[in-house]
Amino acid sequence: MQVSSDQVWAWLSALPDPEIPVISLVELGVIRGVAWEDDTCVVTVTPTYSGCPATSMIERDIEAELKTKGIEKVELRRQLAPAWTTDWMTDEARAKLEAYGIAPPEPAGGPKRCPRCGSEKLEKISQFGSTPCKAQWRCIDCLEPFEYFKCI
Amino acid sequence: MAGKLDNPSLFEFLLRMGDNTLILGHRVSEWCGHAPVLEEDIALANTALDLIGQTQMWLGLAGEVEGKGRSADDLAFLRDAWDFRNALMLELPNGDFGQTLMRQFLFDAWQVVMLGRLMQSTDARVAAIAAKASKEAAYHVERSGHTVVGLGDGTEESHRRMQEALDYLYPYVGELFVSDAIDTAVAEAGIAPKLETLREEYDALVGRVLSAATLSIPGGSYVHQGGRDGRMHTEHLGHLLSSMQWLQRAYPGCEW
Repeated sequence: MQVSSDQVWAWLSALPDPEIPVISLVELGVIRGVAWEDDTCVVTVTPTYSGCPATSMIERDIEAELKTKGIEKVELRRQLAPAWTTDWMTDEARAKLEAYGIAPPEPAGGPKRCPRCGSEKLEKISQFGSTPCKAQWRCIDCLEPFEYFKCI
Repeated sequence: MAGKLDNPSLFEFLLRMGDNTLILGHRVSEWCGHAPVLEEDIALANTALDLIGQTQMWLGLAGEVEGKGRSADDLAFLRDAWDFRNALMLELPNGDFGQTLMRQFLFDAWQVVMLGRLMQSTDARVAAIAAKASKEAAYHVERSGHTVVGLGDGTEESHRRMQEALDYLYPYVGELFVSDAIDTAVAEAGIAPKLETLREEYDALVGRVLSAATLSIPGGSYVHQGGRDGRMHTEHLGHLLSSMQWLQRAYPGCEW
């Protein structure tokens, strides 16, 4: 079955990131291209961090989803350049992250406000967090620790 | 003007890059579950993960360039000690937390300078890996640099340990800046910078951090060498490999 690339993009837009399920893979910015080569649907994916274990899960999810939709031949291609950047994350995705409790990436290198109470009095707990893309911060006002999506 | 480079030289160069990150990545991963506090444990594990990810890119390309069908995994798990091309400093045992972070800083600083130059490589594949890895290296050096300053300019005890770590590790730093015939060929082809040309930027960065850490670079010009060309590894590499490669050696082809 050969559907339009737009249709494939629409399907992929509904696929959640395996570790941050409130945003889709398209919103995360890791899907860099969808194209047909003869009867094969080629999806180009760029990793967020080079060692991120979610990358192979993401590829499996894409393949499984497109096969469920009736595409028989799916090929995943990894592309390194241009290197993934949090600049590719859409505004909607940033808002969804914050609503989920993860402070979105900021060019300043740290979160703007606490995703729970909105306070701007924050302190860094650790430059790293539960996944390669996150760091740990704490709100000095409500005292809740929270995750911050690192800006790269 | 970029010259031509034969594949065996490029393969060697890629092994040197990939074995550095593989061996250090493995060493750092040994801290998983053992760090002094939870946050540092997570930070060390994440650093190791980034380094292993970079290894996959370098050794993946190495296997491609070699053209014998070897994957990054084959190169990592099925070579013996004499085929490894990492700098000696990276295979040394971790020592205490301070020594681990001192080594991390000394290597991160080199990575930042080296990867910055490799982004201009005439080989687009090398430039792409460098661009990806340099973002991670920049993050690593920020953390390792801060930790070196925090511990160096910390208590009497932490200062003493950091100075000892620096005295022990510094004679291994020089190996990262000595070019042999392979490095020269790679540099002449415009694929990588001549290693000696990284030294000034490296010394400035390292000097700034160590001075803030109230630590002094030891005198003496002796340089331990033999890892990058595989001539003479330390006795520690074999022990590291026996642990890292055990599963693939005992159960060839095992996947999980």
